[in-house]
Amino acid sequence: MSDTPIIIDPVACKGCKKCVTACPFDALYMEGKLAVLKAAECRACNACVKACPFKAIKAVEKEAPKGADLKAFKDIWVFAEQRHGKVQDVAYELLSTGLRLKKERGGGCQLAAVLLGHGVTESAQRLIAAGADKVYVVDQPGLAEYEADVYTDALHQLVAKHKPEVILAGATAIGRAFFAKVAVRARTGLTADCTALSIDKETYLLHQTRPAFGGNIMATIMTPNHRPQMATVRPKVFKMAAPDPKRTGDTLVEALTLVAANTKIARTEHDLSAVNIAEAEIIVAGGRGLKKAENMALLERLAGLIGGVVGCSRACVDAGWITAAHQVGQTGKTVCPKVYIAIGISGAIQHLEGMRSSDTIIAINSDPNAPIFGVADLGIVGDLFEVVPKLIEALEAGK
Amino acid sequence: MHVIVCVKQVPDTTNVRINPETNTLMREGVESIMNPYDEYALEEALKLKDRHGARVSVISMGPPQADVVLREALARGADDGVLLTDRAFAGADTLATSYAIAQAIKKINPNPDLVFFGKQAIDGDTAQVGPGVSEFLGCTLVTYVQALSVEGDTFTVETHMDEGTDVLEGKLPAVMTVVKEASTPRFASLSGWVGAKKAGLPKWGAADVGAVKEMCGLDGSPTKVVKIFAPPVKTGGIRVDGRAAPGEAVAAIVKALQDKGVVKS
Repeated sequence: MSDTPIIIDPVACKGCKKCVTACPFDALYMEGKLAVLKAAECRACNACVKACPFKAIKAVEKEAPKGADLKAFKDIWVFAEQRHGKVQDVAYELLSTGLRLKKERGGGCQLAAVLLGHGVTESAQRLIAAGADKVYVVDQPGLAEYEADVYTDALHQLVAKHKPEVILAGATAIGRAFFAKVAVRARTGLTADCTALSIDKETYLLHQTRPAFGGNIMATIMTPNHRPQMATVRPKVFKMAAPDPKRTGDTLVEALTLVAANTKIARTEHDLSAVNIAEAEIIVAGGRGLKKAENMALLERLAGLIGGVVGCSRACVDAGWITAAHQVGQTGKTVCPKVYIAIGISGAIQHLEGMRSSDTIIAINSDPNAPIFGVADLGIVGDLFEVVPKLIEALEAGK
Repeated sequence: MHVIVCVKQVPDTTNVRINPETNTLMREGVESIMNPYDEYALEEALKLKDRHGARVSVISMGPPQADVVLREALARGADDGVLLTDRAFAGADTLATSYAIAQAIKKINPNPDLVFFGKQAIDGDTAQVGPGVSEFLGCTLVTYVQALSVEGDTFTVETHMDEGTDVLEGKLPAVMTVVKEASTPRFASLSGWVGAKKAGLPKWGAADVGAVKEMCGLDGSPTKVVKIFAPPVKTGGIRVDGRAAPGEAVAAIVKALQDKGVVKS
């Protein structure tokens, strides 16, 4: 058996370079008239196998590892992250998605929420109203606040005992960190920041689609031979459904013996009152086109008139015009408001990643070729210093 | 004190695009760089060298030419480096990568005081390898570190969480992932570059670090990429030229806001 994912037949290869162009990972190059594989780069996507007109590239078939009893795993779990005792919205968003996945999966699959914390048991009812058939609750003092090793231990114990087929968590600071530890401990796959999820009803495989290379490409990823299939999803990527208080379900309280914490929280400086743009319904966001800090006032005036909050691109934060809490995009927040007004934002892919799922996007930019227009429902090509004051005037007149 | 920094060579993703017709990456002119977040990780390690005389080792997993990022780290002040490179690592996902790197760390030093990673790499954006390595090493994990101080075997860190800052205390050893708020990375000096160019960089393969083949590369990767494609482009958007007719543009915006019930019609 070969130790590379593909084999290139040097006789059949005619040096057409089609495989080099087809490879998304830059794993092939030409040595004279022969394609050569850079094995370390190859992700076994088999794009080159399909691209080769001479059938010179063969995929090496890998056998599924023996011993993993995939049928022993059932149900879809959602990790219900709580902070300061409050279950985060992303948990409800994931339960809405979980309901759909449960339907796609069929075959008696149930949807469960997992709640770790202290004094949180009463939140189980809300999780049931949001779609959970059952809620596993571990309500212990050691779980009051997140600690990587303790949370990993708690979730892994539940996974080992109940064997879920799928587990989802919010791609938050907490979810991203300890989920990766749980996945390693369970020796299974984890896909970060998924933007689309579906389950194949034949194979029960979770199709996990996520952006890569800074959002410039999308990849669909599966975990065929390991369980559970684990994925994280950013807040606001999926919509939250209205709760149904009539829904019933089981609250299952688990008592676990947990490891001691390796770190302790000396203090927290959380600003819960600050505007969280990730939760906003209307966002007025500005970018480099505003030219200077004083012009940020335009955004505030417009936002004030329409009940919105101020967002920005990375350029404004880097320039020191506004704090990072307002930044939308890959290194800022992912937002999904009803209306997103982008003013003087050209639309770098990293910014688009953070706001492209907004309901309605209105863009004002002087460059007709700005990428922001590619995602805009309404694109205004023009000088923001002319359009925005006129817009403010019109809105004030309409009051 | 011995600290190990894990760095990755990545394509400068700001320039990576997909050809929507062929669904393949257009790579022309895309440079390879040190993952920007790893620069902050390296800087935290170098600060410990300045303050406590720590030895700083750097490690990278990648193709043979990834030695460039190790030399860059040496030029900035790291003491030694190792390149983890082997065909057996090909196609590794975050589980197999975490395993291979953890094996290499154990070989460099079975009991390092600190292992640093950048918050995430800009090509994959998973943020999973740092936590994964902490799991294989069986040591404390602290993510999103924006400030760090070490006294004896005790550390105090500020972490950058979604709602603000946490201040944590713990005992070494630990694996930490570092955010950009931590510092401004230093530049390499000219003399640093001169030394780094000549420095010997061992290349280790799977066998050198005692990695089991079944847990490396594709074989050791539970996840499989089954498809890649260009991000969806929104169609049906309306375009108004506000240069010729600013009044019309304003009217269009007001109408859109009315349609969404944001302002009264």
